Amino acid sequence: MIAVILAVIPLLLILGDVFLRGAPAISVGFLTHLQKPPNVSGGGIANAIVGTFTMVGIASLISVPIGVLAGIFFSEWSTTKVSTISSFMNDVLTGFPSIVLGLFVFVIIVLPTRQFSAFAGGVALSFVMLPIIARTTGESLKLVPNTLREASMALGIPRWKTIFRIVIGTGKNGLLTGILLAVARATGETAPILLTASTSIYFAKSIFQPTASMTVLIYNYATSPYSSWQTQAWGAALVLILIMLGLNLVVKLTVGRNLSGKLEL
Amino acid sequence: MRFRLLRGDTILTIALAAAALLIIGIVVALAVNLFSGASSSILKFGPRFLIESKWQPSNDVFGALPFVYGTLVTSAIAIVIGFPISLGIAVFISEKLKRHLTFGYLLGTLVDLLAAVPSVIYGLWGVFVLIPLLKDYVEKPLNKSLGFISLFSGHPFGYDFFTAGVILAIMIIPTMSAVTRDVLSVVPNSQREAIYSLGGTDWEVTQKSVLPYARSGIFGAFILGLGRAFGETMAVTMVIGNIPSISSSLFSPGATLSSIIANQFGESSGLFQAALIELGLILFFVAVTINGLARLLLWRMTRGTQVNT
Amino acid sequence: MSGMQLEKNKNTNFDSTAVKLSTKDLKATYGKVQALKGITMDFPEKRVTAIMGPSGCGKSTLIRCLNRIHELTPKAKVEGEVILDGVNIYSPKVDPVAIRRRIGMVFQKANPFPTMSIYDNVVAGLKLNGVRDKKKLDELAEKSLRMSFLWEEVKGDLKKPGTALSGGQQQRLCIARALAVEPEVILMDEPCSALDPLATAKVEESIVQLKKEFTVIIVTHNLQQAARVSDFTAFMYLGKLEEFGETASVFENPKNELTEKYITGKFG
Repeated sequence: MIAVILAVIPLLLILGDVFLRGAPAISVGFLTHLQKPPNVSGGGIANAIVGTFTMVGIASLISVPIGVLAGIFFSEWSTTKVSTISSFMNDVLTGFPSIVLGLFVFVIIVLPTRQFSAFAGGVALSFVMLPIIARTTGESLKLVPNTLREASMALGIPRWKTIFRIVIGTGKNGLLTGILLAVARATGETAPILLTASTSIYFAKSIFQPTASMTVLIYNYATSPYSSWQTQAWGAALVLILIMLGLNLVVKLTVGRNLSGKLEL
Repeated sequence: MRFRLLRGDTILTIALAAAALLIIGIVVALAVNLFSGASSSILKFGPRFLIESKWQPSNDVFGALPFVYGTLVTSAIAIVIGFPISLGIAVFISEKLKRHLTFGYLLGTLVDLLAAVPSVIYGLWGVFVLIPLLKDYVEKPLNKSLGFISLFSGHPFGYDFFTAGVILAIMIIPTMSAVTRDVLSVVPNSQREAIYSLGGTDWEVTQKSVLPYARSGIFGAFILGLGRAFGETMAVTMVIGNIPSISSSLFSPGATLSSIIANQFGESSGLFQAALIELGLILFFVAVTINGLARLLLWRMTRGTQVNT
Repeated sequence: MSGMQLEKNKNTNFDSTAVKLSTKDLKATYGKVQALKGITMDFPEKRVTAIMGPSGCGKSTLIRCLNRIHELTPKAKVEGEVILDGVNIYSPKVDPVAIRRRIGMVFQKANPFPTMSIYDNVVAGLKLNGVRDKKKLDELAEKSLRMSFLWEEVKGDLKKPGTALSGGQQQRLCIARALAVEPEVILMDEPCSALDPLATAKVEESIVQLKKEFTVIIVTHNLQQAARVSDFTAFMYLGKLEEFGETASVFENPKNELTEKYITGKFG
């Protein structure tokens, strides 16, 4: 139907453009050099790449443990009131306007520390990732048949081992999928880190300093009047898309029959 | 029988409950801290903030109206364009392609990939590709021929409500169609078979049995898409012009709650900053209400079954 | 009932049979539904006791109370006592996890752990409770698989996934898994209801052998099966125990009218 064609065209256009306009900017130098002023050649996005990875890394360290634990609670204690309320709140947080999350972290971390930092950026991203991980963990574990839990308990295996070895053991594909999807989502976020990590033209020397990131760089370069920077914006976009496609590909390959992969990103 | 300390189980339960309570805590902390960050603005302007249409950082005059307007207009455009298309895709994949499961899966994957594209890249594409396209092939012609209608009046130069609405539409289509697809898949086959057995065509089956049954779920998808449109920031901020104005023309520049924050936060301080945070607070309440509503509708529709949204 | 089948069970001397497990006024509910209305009965040691009755009589609930699995269902409650070797397993001082190691269970539909091999399934109860000694694990694995009459069929490839076996084999795998932790009592909840006659016969064969070492309690809706494998039979109806006695006498001379109706097929 026409609807489908209408939807598919933009996708192809966007991806196509990114590849076409971004390819010229790519080179080994692009990936390994620091940023340079607009008309100086040899500029690169190395610090932005490192910055993105650093902040996503911090975000993962925070959100994965908490998210998985919350997800387990949603699944294994699903009949409790706390679980129902928390799970509902979690759903509300999923897909929340990320700029609001950025404002939140600005108020609780940037203001008191008087400092934009990669750490604040990481925390902001963790709020983006946490609901996704908690959700997918909960859904995956709920799919594990109850009879397996009973079989395990009937063998005299304590509940916590039943959960970690049997339930999670059976549902681990879903868990990994959720985590990877959350990572992909966080990698593409701009607004929260714009407000908390700001930007920088150097590598950050510690996580308590501002840092560049791929998304903020694209934003800044794209809205600048310099054509050399604009080309680099496309280049950075290409690198970003490749990373995200890569992550999504890994997800699709590991998902198999557990989840259909149709998760809101 | 020896008494064994259930240490493992106790620790686990405490840790799990803590994680779950933390999530509730985050939502609460979110509200509280936004309030505190916006406090100087709230105190100064009170409820008038919501209906004040002036936004002048240099004079310390701030009002939310232009941005509420912008958010509503762009989201409306996005929904008007995006919802029918999403529904069409969902119906197409779930009903027509039922017999061609692989093709349906591939198409679905393609649409889902659209959802994976980061907002800022949509913005990038919007600035360099969509704006010139829309400006020359849609806006200028419409302005020339139908310029007397206020909707199409003004001097279109691409950075406006219309472009922002179109980009939003593209961005919310994957979400809405994925959710709608899930909702449609939950409709039991007996519903379809009832109309088929009366001699109905595919379209009639869809129209008369599937869609009515899935009504509340589709509405939920609609609301979810709306919520997404309300909160989108980067793509919008890059193509909307970020001029706080209330104009009846689709082709005039404007700003939304989220786009203005992204655009002006970096240079803000004091009352200005607090005003921006207050805009964020408004956005927070809108998002909570919409998200909450959408989830309730979806939950009711698919009670018990697994819907991956 | 064929006289020949009952002959098998007549030769055992029941007079001095000890009681392994017993219940005292056991009541159980699911939310508002009262599934057990006060059951008091004894289960003789190292014998097979069958529990029979029409659907909904509470027989599954009863055995799920015996190893404290019933209480894991949300909104499920238990009142009364279950006494194992003289101690009430529902006393607050007792650790349910320890009880479940002494009272094992085989479920209606075979439920091997899908991510584990045959070997890992069998020793799951041991490994996950800290037993590391490879030699001991191997010994118990072989012993359990032999007792469930599965050893000959799988000994060639123990690394195969547990779910790659046929339905009947999977159920025998689950029996082996339950046996490996060396329980004292084995509960079986309609273990053959999802199996074909050939597979059922193999399971019944192993049940008859099991009573040499274990006390077996089996829920079944199959009258012939009860007659074939059990020494004692209990008949339940609507949450109450209507009759209990040696299988032969329950089948040939039921004292309760309801029992008689059930056995002669008038209902159930």
